[in-house]
Amino acid sequence: MTDLWVALLSLFAVWTGWRVFRVDSMVRASFSLMLSFIAVGAIGVLLSAPYIGVATVFMMAVEMMVMAIFMVMFMMNPAGLNPMVMVHQHRLSIGAGVVAALSLGAAVLFSRPPEDAVRAEADVVAELGHELLGPSMLIFETAGVTLLATMVGAVILSSRQGRFGAADEGSRPPGLSDGGAPAGRQPEGGGGHHHHHHHGGHG
Amino acid sequence: MTLTIVLLGAAALIGIGLYGALSQQSFVMLMMGLELMLNGALLAVIGFWSLSLGGMPEGQLLAIIVMAVMAVEMAIGFALVVAVYRKRQADMTESIGTLKG
Repeated sequence: MTDLWVALLSLFAVWTGWRVFRVDSMVRASFSLMLSFIAVGAIGVLLSAPYIGVATVFMMAVEMMVMAIFMVMFMMNPAGLNPMVMVHQHRLSIGAGVVAALSLGAAVLFSRPPEDAVRAEADVVAELGHELLGPSMLIFETAGVTLLATMVGAVILSSRQGRFGAADEGSRPPGLSDGGAPAGRQPEGGGGHHHHHHHGGHG
Repeated sequence: MTLTIVLLGAAALIGIGLYGALSQQSFVMLMMGLELMLNGALLAVIGFWSLSLGGMPEGQLLAIIVMAVMAVEMAIGFALVVAVYRKRQADMTESIGTLKG
């Protein structure tokens, strides 16, 4: 019975994962990816990893909502009214994907992993907690510091203003005369008027 | 049997994700390909932990690390997309052939 459910959920995860690159709207694509993650989370719950499964569902639901917002910001085809095909090196990609899936699948079929299922009476969530705050605490804390660094990096990368003035200031050449127009090649997309009103704070 | 099903699903997810990461032009869609590959990795970790390792707690720890990698990839990826878009008005990989700021 568990086998049947796991098989159905695996098929669902693969199918929704495939739909990600086949639907015409990027919002639909992100919700399709969310369904794929939810199916994987449900497989986790079925395979006696309730904490990991539920955490996957929660995390991915939020992450895909954020992704949907980004899709609305960046996509060119809001409602999926037109066919959307935006691909390059298509044959190579299909070949790489098929080769990866087939070779991994062959490795699965031709190997004999040990069979040692989780004991039915094991309290896996408590074991995970003791592991996280016991022998593997250093790994746990490293992950925490990594996430903190990620937050700092994300804020700095996405802020319009760097700490020492405009984020692209260092990439603009100085003027030939004091306060003059920048000399030499301009970065693409820049130019325009905004750096004539440059506050000339020489620090 | 269950493990084989789970691992075959994971292999298919990784293949589809690799296709997406290599073929998509839009940065955001490209990141969905990366996420799909991590999804496959997570599925394989869960399967091995549950059916082949006798539930040793380090396996769950590995799954948590995979999830942390997903979060880092999303946050830094979107921050880079925003930074590149501010600088170049570009949201496609073809638009940034050079790395010059």
